[in-house]
Amino acid sequence: MQSQETPTLKAEARNLNFFYGQMQALKKINMPVYDKKVTALIGPSGCGKSTYLRSFNRMHDLYPGNRYEGEIRNTNLLAADVDPIEVRMRVGMVFQKPNPFPKSIFENVAYGLRVRGENNRRVLDDKVERALRDAAIWEEVKDRLPEQAPNLSGGQQQRLCIARALATDPELLLFDEPTSALDPIATAAIEELIHDLKKRVTILIVTHNMQQAARVSDYTAYMFLGEMIEFGKTDEIFIKPKDKRTEDYITGRMG
Amino acid sequence: MSENVHLSSQFDEDLGRLRSNVLQMGGLVETQVMAAIEAYKTGDMTRVKNIIEAEHTVNDLEKAIDDDCAHLIARRQPAASDLRLVFGIIKIVTDLERIGDEAKKIAKGVRRICEAGQLPSDYGAGVRHIAEAALGMVRESLDAFARLDSAMAEAVIRADVDVDTEFKSIVRQLVTHMMEDQRTITTSIDILSIARAVERIGDHAKNIAEHVVFIVDGRDIRHQGKDKKANEESRA
Ligand SMILES: Nc1ncnc2c1ncn2[C@@H]1O[C@H](COP(=O)(O)OP(=O)(O)O)[C@@H](O)[C@H]1O
Ligand SMILES: [Mg+2]
Repeated sequence: MQSQETPTLKAEARNLNFFYGQMQALKKINMPVYDKKVTALIGPSGCGKSTYLRSFNRMHDLYPGNRYEGEIRNTNLLAADVDPIEVRMRVGMVFQKPNPFPKSIFENVAYGLRVRGENNRRVLDDKVERALRDAAIWEEVKDRLPEQAPNLSGGQQQRLCIARALATDPELLLFDEPTSALDPIATAAIEELIHDLKKRVTILIVTHNMQQAARVSDYTAYMFLGEMIEFGKTDEIFIKPKDKRTEDYITGRMG
Repeated sequence: MSENVHLSSQFDEDLGRLRSNVLQMGGLVETQVMAAIEAYKTGDMTRVKNIIEAEHTVNDLEKAIDDDCAHLIARRQPAASDLRLVFGIIKIVTDLERIGDEAKKIAKGVRRICEAGQLPSDYGAGVRHIAEAALGMVRESLDAFARLDSAMAEAVIRADVDVDTEFKSIVRQLVTHMMEDQRTITTSIDILSIARAVERIGDHAKNIAEHVVFIVDGRDIRHQGKDKKANEESRA
């Protein structure tokens, strides 16, 4: 059943333009991000999903030549005003290929905390355990915390990366095609995890798997050539989209 | 509904075949209703037999279409208009199958009356009239499905009110008839069951039209009239 409550706004893109040098990759994007909901970004390759996602953690600021217009408002950390380093702490990101550091399982999760100056062993132990539990991987790794993280399976590595992102208590989690390198079982585990995590955090997920978007998200945004074509409740997008371009994309038709 | 083709031509073929199977089943059921009306008019027992025998074909088609829908869902995970089409078809075939059942009830009623040495057409011209109206609804609901025309479907939905009203007046007439002449009771009861079957055919045609509106516009308009009526009644 569809719930009727109006969700609270966590962040919002307003007339967001983005340029890689001369190339405009995002065009006047307007979109709300609702608190403790999962929003899926779908659209053909190269339409700007990753670019848009990265605008939320100011990752583009790291490279010269990149330029924004408009803004992303975040109700807690007005992204435009806040130090990008602080933003990146409060916005976790998980990529397509699991990318654990070549360190122990423990140190991977403790990393963000150490960067923040946390060195108390008890606090670290406690927070690492909590993050690993929240990422649904604790039972699998609790007896092998000193082992090298890259020895874990792909699915485990991805959940470890999620634990690493969770350790610093983010408000927003960004997933960029988090399961495209995983088998169906590992994929199901991540999807289940996303479902649990949204009780606490707001999630944006890029996926090129339409069924995955339909399974995990509350809201879906369809992007095409740098534009936001349609944003709506996932149920509505997958049953009765408003825009013909959305319809053609999700039904697998040629536009 | 998008007129563009799918990237997968196999998917287009599957959907196309599904639609034409529904229309084939619809044509068969429509023929059954037509034959039932003819049998009512003429007391023709061959038609009665044909109607009863066609039931197996209708049932088989229903099962085959349901099965195709299940396969299509499993293999293609249809979305948006494709999803609404498959979902609507599953419901449409259920209503079509029920229409076939009602046609069979009419045929059996005709047989009982004829076996009692009577002719059904001597009883109610009214039944013949709503039967034609119900048949028209079946035809038009199927046309609306074939053309994916929601305006046409909505006309079918409106037409159902007339069939319902006329059915009620037939019931009143028959009841009066039975009270006046006790000897007509057995046949009148058969006529009544025929009229009831006709009225149900109209209801199923209306359901089909509602499914067409959902397929085309994504609107679920079922029970709207009823809910409104219930509200009005509770307010009165
Ligand atoms: N670092 C970059 N420099 C220049 N152009 C880029 C860069 N990253 C992506 N692009 C271009 O921006 C557009 C959007 O890319 P991207 O956001 O990766 O799309 P998606 O994630 O939807 O596949 C593409 O045309 C891509 O080639
Ligand atoms: Mg990408």
